[in-house]
Amino acid sequence: MKEKENFLKKPGVQSVLTSLICIILGLFVGYIALLIINPAGASKAIITLVKNFLNYPTFPAQMKYLGNTLVKTAPLLMCALSVCFCYKAGLFNIGAAGQYVAGAGAALYAALAWNLPWFVCLLLAMCAGGVLGCISGYLKANHNVNEVISGIMLNWISLYTVNVLLAKVKEQASPYTFNLASKNPSSILPTMGLDKLFSNNRYVTIAIPLSILIAILISVILTKTKFGYELRATGFNKDAAKYAGMRERRNIILTLTIGGALAGLGAAFLFLTAFEQWSVTQSSVPGMGFNGIAATFLGGLNPIGTIFSSFFIQHINNGGAYLDKAVYPSQISDLIIALIIYLCGFVLFFKSFINARISAGDGKKAKKGGNA
Amino acid sequence: MNMETPYAIEMLNITKRFPGIIANDNITLQLKKGEIHALLGENGAGKSTLMSVLFGLYQAEEGIIKKDGKEVKINNPNDANALGIGMVHQHFKLVQCFTVLDNIILGVETTKHGILQKDEARKKVLALSEKYGLSVNPDALIEDITVGMQQRTEILKMLYRDNEILIFDEPTAVLTPQEIDELMQIMKNLSAEGKSILFITHKLNEIMAVADRVTVLRRGKYIGTVNVKDTNQAELSRMMVGRDVQLKVEKKPANPGEVVLHVENMTVASRVHANNAVKNVSFDVRAGEIVCIAGIDGNGQTELVYGLSGLEPLVSGKIVIDGKDMSKASIRERSRLSSHIPEDRHKHGLVLDYPLEYNMVLQEYFQPDFTTPLGFLKKKEIRDYSLKLEEEYDVRSGQGPITISRAMSGGNQQKAIIAREIDKEHKLLIAVQPVRGLDVGAIEYIHSRLIAERDAGKAVLLVSLELEEVMNVSDRILVMYEGEIVGELDPAKTTSEELGLYMSGAKRDTKEA
Repeated sequence: MKEKENFLKKPGVQSVLTSLICIILGLFVGYIALLIINPAGASKAIITLVKNFLNYPTFPAQMKYLGNTLVKTAPLLMCALSVCFCYKAGLFNIGAAGQYVAGAGAALYAALAWNLPWFVCLLLAMCAGGVLGCISGYLKANHNVNEVISGIMLNWISLYTVNVLLAKVKEQASPYTFNLASKNPSSILPTMGLDKLFSNNRYVTIAIPLSILIAILISVILTKTKFGYELRATGFNKDAAKYAGMRERRNIILTLTIGGALAGLGAAFLFLTAFEQWSVTQSSVPGMGFNGIAATFLGGLNPIGTIFSSFFIQHINNGGAYLDKAVYPSQISDLIIALIIYLCGFVLFFKSFINARISAGDGKKAKKGGNA
Repeated sequence: MNMETPYAIEMLNITKRFPGIIANDNITLQLKKGEIHALLGENGAGKSTLMSVLFGLYQAEEGIIKKDGKEVKINNPNDANALGIGMVHQHFKLVQCFTVLDNIILGVETTKHGILQKDEARKKVLALSEKYGLSVNPDALIEDITVGMQQRTEILKMLYRDNEILIFDEPTAVLTPQEIDELMQIMKNLSAEGKSILFITHKLNEIMAVADRVTVLRRGKYIGTVNVKDTNQAELSRMMVGRDVQLKVEKKPANPGEVVLHVENMTVASRVHANNAVKNVSFDVRAGEIVCIAGIDGNGQTELVYGLSGLEPLVSGKIVIDGKDMSKASIRERSRLSSHIPEDRHKHGLVLDYPLEYNMVLQEYFQPDFTTPLGFLKKKEIRDYSLKLEEEYDVRSGQGPITISRAMSGGNQQKAIIAREIDKEHKLLIAVQPVRGLDVGAIEYIHSRLIAERDAGKAVLLVSLELEEVMNVSDRILVMYEGEIVGELDPAKTTSEELGLYMSGAKRDTKEA
């Protein structure tokens, strides 16, 4: 009994528990939505959604489609890390979406216009995202412009700039950029044999293990280094950080620059697999950066947690594709994710609920045990 | 007990719990009609909780409240008002850009066809202020009047609403000695006119001066109620703290050495208004002496310290610490030579969400002792250092170094800051209100630490609003008034009355040539 209570008191355990509660409740409310739309198929639909790649009967097919989910998990994870890293310093990097776009633009343009190899394209994508983040950081540090405002504006600026830029490397007949495989194969990320594991899914590249490594790296930077110490101190209490002589302005700029680089790299992780092509006529900022915000919160604002939450969100997103489109709108997976994220807002409530239960138990024990 | 009860308000066997803590444990408080009843206790003793229960902000789990012998339910402050209970809060609740009269009638205005009828209100206010000796100018704006007059406005607000039971929450914290004397007289007048007064305080001399009875709380428990004329300060402080307390600080005469801090014609801008908050101030602090900046809150002390610490750039002037010109140095460069106990420990002193061990190294985390050349924190060294400080300075916490600082009591938070700042290498210690909000036991400890610092040959600059602290701890007093140093006094030769005259601007030294 005692051990169990101590276990529940650990903040890490509580974060996981609350995220799980959010997920279960989110799925439940999503199920109710399915019931309202079409009661007959609701149970089957929610199972299909949650099963995602497991809907395929054979193991090789399951692996192949798991691979597809992972391909899109890597960029989502990078965006989530970007948001998470900045959040720890007290900055809300809603500009991750635009930094992601800038990264996509830089990676694709370098690959298609200049025929550069993949690692240079990665670097340029990081730089492009980083520059965008740096602009927000500079404005925040020196002119006290809220990073949310400048981030949102830069999202649109970067979207249309990238559209104009990539129009130079698009196919004649369609709004899509050239296919990397035919135009410049050297720009495609190497698979290092990972494709074999996923039934020859050639989109499964080193992007996936790299993104997980970066998550671990971010976690180490935040918890084990002097820079992370300063960053989190600034995020918790910027007045105390300043009083302790930390260079607040430099840290704000540096944090947002790193955040931008992470999001930019994320875009390269997707587009340099040739899994998707950029449409130069799109007029809304891709949702990847915004989903990153969702993954950050579902992951309990923990870089390691975001690995799992990013996978889960992408899993549900992909699962939505298997629903019967004649009966259910394809947005149902978005709806469920939105519900889960909304419920994440109650994380604190769930936590205090758990703590109240624990202390109530302790109180009873203390009464029984006498002097503690 | 007969039908005619002598009590205006009775709070019987009140118990109020919060998760993990019993804030009020079976507390009984009986306020006689027309008496001044002091409620005494350390910080965290449960005074505020008890008053919040009486004022309807909290509901007690157990116990009953009686008004004139009849049981009443107080569910919100409106109920309290309806029962004639009024409160002067520690931080006044006045509209700055309204006149005194407007503030008094706010919420209970008399109107005719939707138009304010101020003449009647004015008559009533003037009559009240005459009757109780509460001199105010009804047409002055709140922002233009003194703190003392603002407080009188708050009192008039209660009287205007015909409140019978008046609660004063630590009313003397912001007043000069002269104003405190006036307030004491006002309280006596009020009780003579039949008002019942609850006076929350931790200042024993005020209780002795004005109260009829006193109820003491300690750690949420009821300790007792005694008649003031049958007791003395030593007994009260023993009841409050639970042990004998040294009320007077023991110290040897100072032995000042060379100048450590030299300030020359320093001027610092204000963050709130267009004028400079510190005007052309010059002074020295020598090794082995405690120099105290005394003054009423808001006379430039905060900005003076901001200027010294580097949080606010100087408009003009010069700061020299240990022979080095620091006028334009960064915060970190200055902190190599000076330690700071900041005024606001939550805002500037601690990262509350960090574990205690991280706060213990907040000023030194970047030193080679705690960070490897590659920029990794040396976790073990930080842990050991924190344990060492906790033991040396008796910093108590639930889980030791990993306790989240927010979960610690105010006294222990302050001790953690003091441990960090004193243990750090420094020649100058700047302590701003180091005992604010702390209980008697902690105050005693911190004062003895400051004196030990002095005896160890450090220069100590103490900024204080508490007269007792100023008189007891310092070796030299500089009085600040409206951004200027208006006098230098020797605590051994001056009196609190004289100090009060300087603090209120009524007296000032003529500028030496």
